[in-house]
Amino acid sequence: MTVSAEPLRAERLIAGATVSSRRRARLADAIAAYALAGPAFVLLLCLFILPTFAVFVIAATDWQFGASTINFVGARNFAELLADRAFRISFANTVLYVLIVVPGTVGLGLVLALLIEAGRSLRAFYRAIHFLPFMATLAAMAIAWEALLHPTIGLLNQALATLGLPTANWLRDEATVLPVLAAIGIWQNLGFAMVLYLAGLKSIPQDLYDAADIDGADSWLDRLRAVTLPMLGPVSMFVVIVVALKAFQTFDTVKILTQGGPGHASDVLLYTLYRESFEYLRTGFGAAVTIVFLVIVVTLTLIQARVMERRGPYA
Amino acid sequence: MTTRGLSPPAAILRHAVLLITAALVLMPFVWMLSLSVKPPGEIFRASFSILPEHWYAVENYTKALTAAPLLRFMLNGVIVCAAILVLQVLICAPAAYALAKLDFGGRDLLFGLVLIGLLIPHQVLALPLFIFGYQLGILNTYAALIFPFVVSPFGIFLFRQFFKSIPDDIVHAARLDGLSELAIVWRIMVPMALPAVVAFSIFSVVAHWNDLFWPLIAVRSEELMPPPLGVMAFKNEEAGSDYGPLMAGAMLVVAPLTVAFLVAQRWFVEGLTVGGVR
Repeated sequence: MTVSAEPLRAERLIAGATVSSRRRARLADAIAAYALAGPAFVLLLCLFILPTFAVFVIAATDWQFGASTINFVGARNFAELLADRAFRISFANTVLYVLIVVPGTVGLGLVLALLIEAGRSLRAFYRAIHFLPFMATLAAMAIAWEALLHPTIGLLNQALATLGLPTANWLRDEATVLPVLAAIGIWQNLGFAMVLYLAGLKSIPQDLYDAADIDGADSWLDRLRAVTLPMLGPVSMFVVIVVALKAFQTFDTVKILTQGGPGHASDVLLYTLYRESFEYLRTGFGAAVTIVFLVIVVTLTLIQARVMERRGPYA
Repeated sequence: MTTRGLSPPAAILRHAVLLITAALVLMPFVWMLSLSVKPPGEIFRASFSILPEHWYAVENYTKALTAAPLLRFMLNGVIVCAAILVLQVLICAPAAYALAKLDFGGRDLLFGLVLIGLLIPHQVLALPLFIFGYQLGILNTYAALIFPFVVSPFGIFLFRQFFKSIPDDIVHAARLDGLSELAIVWRIMVPMALPAVVAFSIFSVVAHWNDLFWPLIAVRSEELMPPPLGVMAFKNEEAGSDYGPLMAGAMLVVAPLTVAFLVAQRWFVEGLTVGGVR
């Protein structure tokens, strides 16, 4: 008994020592973790979380930046927003803009990806060219577009006149300004949609094409209908949302080319947000516009996350 | 879809369509380049040609560089993008390592903040951050251009994903070798996750070189303007009448990223796609 008690105690001692050293290691781990993650934690809080709360608080006040008075007004800014003609036009314009840009971008992106993937030569070349607008500085490219669309010296009107077709003052005409801005939006984003589709095409298993072959899908068109397009369904859902997110965030072209004009014909949500908040300094009202924008973007992002969860990022 | 080659007519059709769309996509670039080397007389003549009769490139580009402080804008762009990227990596990589490899109370809370941060578009933060910057007294300085972006939820998220795929054994071995946790981040994790770091860097630099929205709010002085804001100010000063130098200026703003893109195409597509769909 006494003989066997000794090793037992020793064992217990050793066990106790490892437990406490493990606990100490875990404590050291935790201290290291707080030191490593602390800056990011504080900054996330100060630069993302608290400001977002602040927007909601400001939206419930009548504050104007620089004013010394500030009153709680509840939901009055939102009531004003709904009654505001300019805001309603801006909202409708944004929806119309998105409804042009999304199908245009997704459709063209898909066609480009299919064409590029259909052959083997010059793939990288075509991909690079079509992707270029997505990374080129949009503010500078907007200036190039303005020159292209110029009523007298612009390439577009010169080409149309040469062909005997009617010309227009594209950016100063209420009827054309939004579709033209949407065309620039499509031009900018189609390479992005194309790249997402190219990744989607790569992830389609070869077996499916082999199986379709056996089933008698001989032509490229047959295989497209039987395999490619059905398999691209989930990717398409994803591309639609991502492009819609980009379209909702349109700002640079409006700011540089039209300032929302003529009239309010090219006002979009983000431009209204900018003008109310930073030009008119209607801070409370601007915060209310910001919340509308936030709700739309967060809703789309959550749907996107859902799609990604189910299918992974590209397929 | 690529096991069989296309029939010759189909292959020709493919090239024909893609060359036409490529030409259309490039048109704004070509027109910009064309106007930037033409004298005013040819720009305002109502007949179009891509190449000028008289080359006027030197005059236009000289005017762009002297009439507006274009080199200053570009230098500002470099300073701001570099500062943002360095701070982002310095702050995000250690946090991502803690999230991926360390066990600590509040880890889920931190990761929750990262996910919420991913949800919030930056334009939503502009108003409160503008007020914050005003109270700190840093509006209209480089600090104003940089501070909203020093922590990137996307960066933390991306690095965490890569760090998680690095085996724990490597971390244990490094600890046995006496490396501190911080040394593990910089000497083991970041080098092993280099593809993620490169992709993130490209995404970050492109996003901030191209950003107009925040600089428009944060700075007023011309000597602080990054390229997009600078070229916009140049356009407004010129009232859009002096097209040659304006196009030369726009060319110079677009050129650095375009050249970098053409050199490292694969990396750019990867970085911008990963960043764009976050």
